[in-house]
Amino acid sequence: MDFPGLLAQLLNGVQYGLLLFLISSGLTLIFGVMGIINLAHGSLFMIGAYLAFLVARQWGTVWLALPAAVVGGILLGLLLERGLFRHFYARDHLDQVLLTFALILLFEEGRSLMVGNDFYSVPVPALFDFSVPITSGFSYSAYRFTVIGICLALAVLLFVWIERTKMGAIIRAAAEKPEMVDVLGIDARGVYMAVFALGTTLALVAGVLAAPLYSVYPNMGDGFLIISFVVVVIGGLGSVSGAFWSALVIGLVDTLGKAYVPKVAGLAVYVLMAAVLLWRPSGLFGQQRT
Amino acid sequence: MADARPTSRPMLATHALARHFGGLVAVRDVSIALHRGELHAVIGPNGAGKTTLVNMLSGEIRPTAGRIELDGREVAGEPAWRMTRAGVGRSFQRTNIFPTLPVLENVRLAVQAVSTAPVRPFHRGPSHQGLIDKAQATLQRVGLGGTADRLAGALSHGEQRQLEIAMTLAGDPKVLLLDEPLAGMGPEESERLTGLLQGLAREHAVLLIEHDMDFVFAVADWMTVMAEGTVLAEGKPSAIRANTAVQEAYLGGHA
Amino acid sequence: MTQARSMLPRTRYGRIGLALGALLLALVPPFAPSYYTELGTYAMISAMLALSLQLLVGCTGLVSLGHAAFYGLAAYTVYLITPANQGLSILITLPAAVIAAGLAALLVGSLSLRTKGFFFLMVTLAFGQMMFFLFHDTKLGGGTDGAFLSRPILSLFGWEMQLNRRQRPMATYYVALGLLVAMYVGLVLLLRSLFGRVLEGIRVNEHRMQALGFNTYRYKLAAFVIAGLLAGVAGHMWAMHRGFVNPELIGWHRSAEALLMILLGGLGTLHGPIVGALAYTGLTELPQVMEEWKPFASIFNSIGLPKVGAFLQPLSERKLLLEGIVILLVVLVLPKGLSGIGMPRWLRDRIGGRAPARMTPASAAEVRPNG
Repeated sequence: MDFPGLLAQLLNGVQYGLLLFLISSGLTLIFGVMGIINLAHGSLFMIGAYLAFLVARQWGTVWLALPAAVVGGILLGLLLERGLFRHFYARDHLDQVLLTFALILLFEEGRSLMVGNDFYSVPVPALFDFSVPITSGFSYSAYRFTVIGICLALAVLLFVWIERTKMGAIIRAAAEKPEMVDVLGIDARGVYMAVFALGTTLALVAGVLAAPLYSVYPNMGDGFLIISFVVVVIGGLGSVSGAFWSALVIGLVDTLGKAYVPKVAGLAVYVLMAAVLLWRPSGLFGQQRT
Repeated sequence: MADARPTSRPMLATHALARHFGGLVAVRDVSIALHRGELHAVIGPNGAGKTTLVNMLSGEIRPTAGRIELDGREVAGEPAWRMTRAGVGRSFQRTNIFPTLPVLENVRLAVQAVSTAPVRPFHRGPSHQGLIDKAQATLQRVGLGGTADRLAGALSHGEQRQLEIAMTLAGDPKVLLLDEPLAGMGPEESERLTGLLQGLAREHAVLLIEHDMDFVFAVADWMTVMAEGTVLAEGKPSAIRANTAVQEAYLGGHA
Repeated sequence: MTQARSMLPRTRYGRIGLALGALLLALVPPFAPSYYTELGTYAMISAMLALSLQLLVGCTGLVSLGHAAFYGLAAYTVYLITPANQGLSILITLPAAVIAAGLAALLVGSLSLRTKGFFFLMVTLAFGQMMFFLFHDTKLGGGTDGAFLSRPILSLFGWEMQLNRRQRPMATYYVALGLLVAMYVGLVLLLRSLFGRVLEGIRVNEHRMQALGFNTYRYKLAAFVIAGLLAGVAGHMWAMHRGFVNPELIGWHRSAEALLMILLGGLGTLHGPIVGALAYTGLTELPQVMEEWKPFASIFNSIGLPKVGAFLQPLSERKLLLEGIVILLVVLVLPKGLSGIGMPRWLRDRIGGRAPARMTPASAAEVRPNG
């Protein structure tokens, strides 16, 4: 048994899962609280990745991209919510699907016009461009450890915010029972803007972190988008903790699958989703209906 | 307990029925019986568990514990569509109709749902005439005979409540579970509906949830008072009116 | 009999209109350049796909993002059963493709329909992706690049219709047209039947349908399978038309395009998706038209703003950009699709069509599983 290899894959799986979590948590909150199906969420991830690429190309290092992603995420999120999505809260799923599908096309075209269609690699920040020796025969990328660290830190912050703060409590309540927001007389608009800004920022940050690992290329958001939806379905709508655990599981299943049984790896995640849905239709942590 | 009730086997009976939602106990240890020919009213303050009880009886939700027997057969946990086909009809507290369909179609669907005639996918319409006739007759019975062609959403609130009943009735139920049928109705409409309900009670087992005490005491043959998820008292209206515990908990000088 | 606003043309004008439309379509191949014959075939294939999806979306209220999977699967089935250099009879390929699609729909539907609303959307998307990966990652159908196949031939128990290279596209066109008309008529019969009434009831208020005594799951599954079978017809025709299959046929982008065609033509009518598909196919030709005529360049040049023209012109030639803008416009400005554009009331009443049941904010809460 190739233990170092297995360890590397396990760590890769965790790292991938944590990136998925950043993307999915925003997705699950946006749907849980506002009922919006946002197919363009993957594009936000893509924007983050290309942001990192552009920053690196301009200034030589990826670091500035992180704060840029945070600021940009908040601004973009607010812009999207106020300018577009606000009008779609009461529209059917069909309209939302098509609207966000259009956004994907427009974002991709924007990217194509600005940066072209080539595959670009993004340099790992020099500070972390080395390998950490774990055992005598095995060392793991320091950057990947950093990504794991940053994601975990963000996850903890998110949990604390949702569980301990007033705004977090409101969001949790709203994700469970959307009507409650109006009933309690809370300004729904503020809540929606906050949730959208948060979700957008998390996706952008995930993109920045992912860029050195996966490079940037056209339609890169697609793959992450669909898997994120699977994460949300398995974890339960509106549940951030559900998204966390299911993202980890999926990250591991997918990574280990691709490493050890590549032929069926692509399917494994969906088979898992089908199995969960058969057993628990509202997801592992979702609200039970009856 | 109270005086003579029909001693035949109840149409619908529950034994120690209970329902929990996480840590919240909505209904506990409820044992009631519905008999044919009897109008059984369930009253109690908001949150007493009345609608949850009806939800369990109609199959909307599964009980956490206890038994439900329909004409002697165990049916707890059966889904709503099975319960309706088995003879338990239910009307909703918040009007639950097909607003964008014509009134006649609303009722015709209800008739079709329980008709044993097999549905052949390419059976041409517009519709099996028998279903239409039955639907029209049901509309007539509840007093909506002239509205067949109008869109259900265009009816007045009172008429929509009547449609609610019609849809429930069209399924030929043995048991009728009516959740606040008079909600939001004016005095004239209420009177009309009262007459209808009394007529219905003669042939069916009727369970009625209502807040209008005058109405309830006037029409009920039997009453169950619920509070905090369980049965506080049950008996003939006169006995309930005189019951001090009930007076304190609910009627509060009302009767 | 009650005059419900239904999805079918209510009056003679409407029906005549449709018949005229079909006639017009039939007249294309003899009178138009062969390029348009091929384009028309593709438009009708898209129309069949959109029509099959309409059974789910417009009639039953089920929004599926994985419908193209059945379409693609049917095309791949034709590829898989056809030997290397010899096309098979359409009498073999069509049933095979349709049955494969139907079986897949039965499997996917039985699992997906246990969910509702957003979950259903995601689950259908996921199953579609599963199938995409099946053909993308394995050697099953030529992998990422796809594969060529020998087209099905029009033969009937040994007798084969001899067609030269120029006649084949025309023959394919008419087969597609015939199937499209048959599909429409079939759906008309279905919608008018008692079964169709149930689907309508499910769309308007599924909860009440269950309370009335309908096992809605079974009805939805039946609709899902029928829709899958019909998508299979479209997929088979693609294989016959193009002679080529690739994973993109199965991908969710294709499913989203099918949804767009429905919305473009009008959600409330049965002929809407056909109109939408034709319009959409026309739109995809727009970039080429832009390239040939260069309208932006000439207009802005003539009014003295050549820089603007130079900026806008190449943009107008980008297919995806145009597609994105069109979708955006339709969703934002034309919620009722083409059927809703300033048609005078009297005309709209004649042609038929249902006011789409827009959700109010109150009912929006009920759609979410947690609500």
